[in-house]
Amino acid sequence: MKIALIGNPNCGKTTLFNRLTGSTAHVGNWPGVTVEKREGCYRGLKKQSAERIDIVDLPGIYSLSPYTPEEIVSRNYMIDETPDLVINIVDATNLERNLYLTTQILEADLPVIVALNMMDAVKRNGDVIDAELLQTALGVPVMPVSALKGTGVKELMLRALEVGKTARKGASVLDGESFYPFVERIKETLVGAGITNPLFHAVKLVEGDSEECAMFPNIASAFDAAKAHIDDGYDGDYEACVADARYRYIAEHYSPCIKRAVREKRPSRSDKADKILTHRIFAIPIFIVIMFAVFHITFSEDILFLNSWYGVTVDNELFAKCLLIEAGESGVPSLGVWLQSLLGWGTGSLIDATAAGLARAGYEGTWVSGFLCDGLLSGLDSVLSFIPQVMLLYLFLSIMEDTGYMARVAFILDRACRRFGLSGRAFMPLLMCFGCAVPGIIATKALESDKERRLAIMLSPFFSCGAKLPIWATFASVMANTYWSGYGDLVVFIIYFMGIAVAVLSAFLLNSTLLKGDPPPFIMELPSYHAPQFKSTVLHLWDKLKHFLTRAGTVIAASIIVIWFLSSFGKGGYCDIDVSILGYIGRGLQYLFYPIFAAPNGFTSNAAQAAYAWRFAVAAITGLIAKEMVVATLGTMAGLDGDAILDGSADAGDQAAFEAMLGTMTPAAMFAYMAFNLFCVPCMAAVGAAIGELNSPKKSAVAIGFWLITAYVVSFTVFWLGNFNTYMFPLSICVVVALVALTAFLITRRVLNDKKTKAALQAAQTAATVDGSDENEKDFTEADK
Amino acid sequence: MEKLLSELKPQDSGTVKRVTGAGALRRRLFDMGVTPSANVVMRKAAPLGDPIEVTLRGYELTLRKTEAECVIVEIIPN
Repeated sequence: MKIALIGNPNCGKTTLFNRLTGSTAHVGNWPGVTVEKREGCYRGLKKQSAERIDIVDLPGIYSLSPYTPEEIVSRNYMIDETPDLVINIVDATNLERNLYLTTQILEADLPVIVALNMMDAVKRNGDVIDAELLQTALGVPVMPVSALKGTGVKELMLRALEVGKTARKGASVLDGESFYPFVERIKETLVGAGITNPLFHAVKLVEGDSEECAMFPNIASAFDAAKAHIDDGYDGDYEACVADARYRYIAEHYSPCIKRAVREKRPSRSDKADKILTHRIFAIPIFIVIMFAVFHITFSEDILFLNSWYGVTVDNELFAKCLLIEAGESGVPSLGVWLQSLLGWGTGSLIDATAAGLARAGYEGTWVSGFLCDGLLSGLDSVLSFIPQVMLLYLFLSIMEDTGYMARVAFILDRACRRFGLSGRAFMPLLMCFGCAVPGIIATKALESDKERRLAIMLSPFFSCGAKLPIWATFASVMANTYWSGYGDLVVFIIYFMGIAVAVLSAFLLNSTLLKGDPPPFIMELPSYHAPQFKSTVLHLWDKLKHFLTRAGTVIAASIIVIWFLSSFGKGGYCDIDVSILGYIGRGLQYLFYPIFAAPNGFTSNAAQAAYAWRFAVAAITGLIAKEMVVATLGTMAGLDGDAILDGSADAGDQAAFEAMLGTMTPAAMFAYMAFNLFCVPCMAAVGAAIGELNSPKKSAVAIGFWLITAYVVSFTVFWLGNFNTYMFPLSICVVVALVALTAFLITRRVLNDKKTKAALQAAQTAATVDGSDENEKDFTEADK
Repeated sequence: MEKLLSELKPQDSGTVKRVTGAGALRRRLFDMGVTPSANVVMRKAAPLGDPIEVTLRGYELTLRKTEAECVIVEIIPN
């Protein structure tokens, strides 16, 4: 038996699904769209029925209209896959709007049960819902449940078993409307043609639904021709009048089932929270504080700045050992950092033990030991070491989503995002990218339009993530030592700022070229605040972790092996990275890098820099595994212990030698190289997440191409701007001017277009107010009464 | 008195008279319950002045001012 769950967003559908399916649930994608598909089976009725009960969780939707992929997926599933039963979950605290979807579902020829969820919240408000009365009014079984507490779920499923066996004919709440004879006529035609669910299709055809009109072009055009001759006060605008008729029917027939308690005009808890959290002045500061706390708990090495501000250190040996820090040296690390060191300690010991075991077996220094320890395990270690922090960020994200705060963030910040072609919903995912792009990219799932999601994903690497920080720190320290004494922090700031600036510019460019089109509407429910649910949050995190681990075990492991092979094998077999295949690839590629940070002698004054160019190319490639590998590889290629340089445990001599190598670069070259690493293809974990979310090889290829081009163009610009005193000055200026002019042109064109559309809209509106019979404006209120 | 939904001041309430606009935007408004005869109460504007929050059919809805311009409301005097 196949059961589909359907309902509005925030109605508790996923909670019910988790309760029904438990550990059998698995998450995938609906074919062709980035909409999550959850499936599982219910095992609670083994005694009553031997039959297997499969459950599909359809995406949360407000209507079965044809405008969003979620809606199309849901209706196609209901109509084409013919589940045995549809359970429509209805949020009892918001009956009117939830039943709007119900009236559409009832038109299909499918057995339906309405599960009345959140009855406890209704009771708490002092309201009473007469489920019996509602059942009579709807004509299908109505079962009160609490998905959160699990009450009524078994009864619901027992009823489902029974109802699922009896066929049901669709019925419509529109049958008293003056246009209903058309529905009937179209339905007869469809029945004659042997179409299933004739009533559902007939109503959609009368509405002028684009999907249905494409499916039955003949009927649609016949009806179009017919309705031109009808004068019933609707002016042929049946989309409006059907929606209106549904809501009118609900208000008249279903709303009486709810007896509202006489309430004093006292604001609810949600209202009170909203007063502060979306306050005109405090909302944004509060948001900043919350986000600071999230990042602080995830990434801080010194919680509450205890050490740097108050000089507090952990002196107790045992406590310091538990925190995995040196006693007497630093403050208490944050949860994220502590978990990361714990994991690092575990994987580090594993690698050491493997190396020791291999050495005992006589494999030391051979490719076997190199492959296992230096290649696969170290590579996976550097990818997996982010898991604790990635998971913490997910945890905070899903708590914010669960409580309803995320919708408020979108509300508060929509204005700021809009001019970049994004909605307020995109702010949080992009902000997350400063921590790690992986949760950021996956959080773009919450964005409504495909266009916006693509834009957010393509911009995500430009918000410098935590793993890139070691690169900036390394170069900043070299720069502070050689060129700009004491300005290391400024270097890091410039890089972060450059990332944001380029993200803004690219948003404009992409919006006026690749991702052209109207901004999607921002019409969103602000759900009441809920306490976060432990179980669903944990399940959610577990899903994400599974995804991440599967990806680490497949795509990421494979790319690590490839990069290891390329960097460890050369003509003479197993060898150092200098003479490896990757080394030669780097030497081949260095000509590509000359214009962006390593132009040889004659173009800039530095010959040594050009000689090292290929090493920087190789390091950028190994950065694909995880961005901090760039530093480790540079160290290794300078003939030093790369890992020691990365974690700061290298001795002073090595560190000096390393910085001397980097010091061969001019400041312009260093900035250009940093820009290249910032804007170029992100690490494999992020690329994997992006490919998963884009769900299209073509779009993924476009994104990767976009990153490569941006990296090249920005580094080029930075490098030549920094070298503008050489004789290449005229050329570099020309290129920069051309780029700026192009951007300015595209932005102006966009602004002008916006103005034009706005003016046109205003003109249309004025015309409509003057002349009520304008084609697009129907005043059908009179006609209803 | 008729006004656009976008012109309402906080605490103003009214009845939806008609919805202009086209396509996905218009349908979305209908699906969210912004249909003629629905009662709306303006709650507030976001800190940056846009979007706005309204109460309708027992829940809170947020929409941008450009979208609220498509909704014509008959003001109910307090």
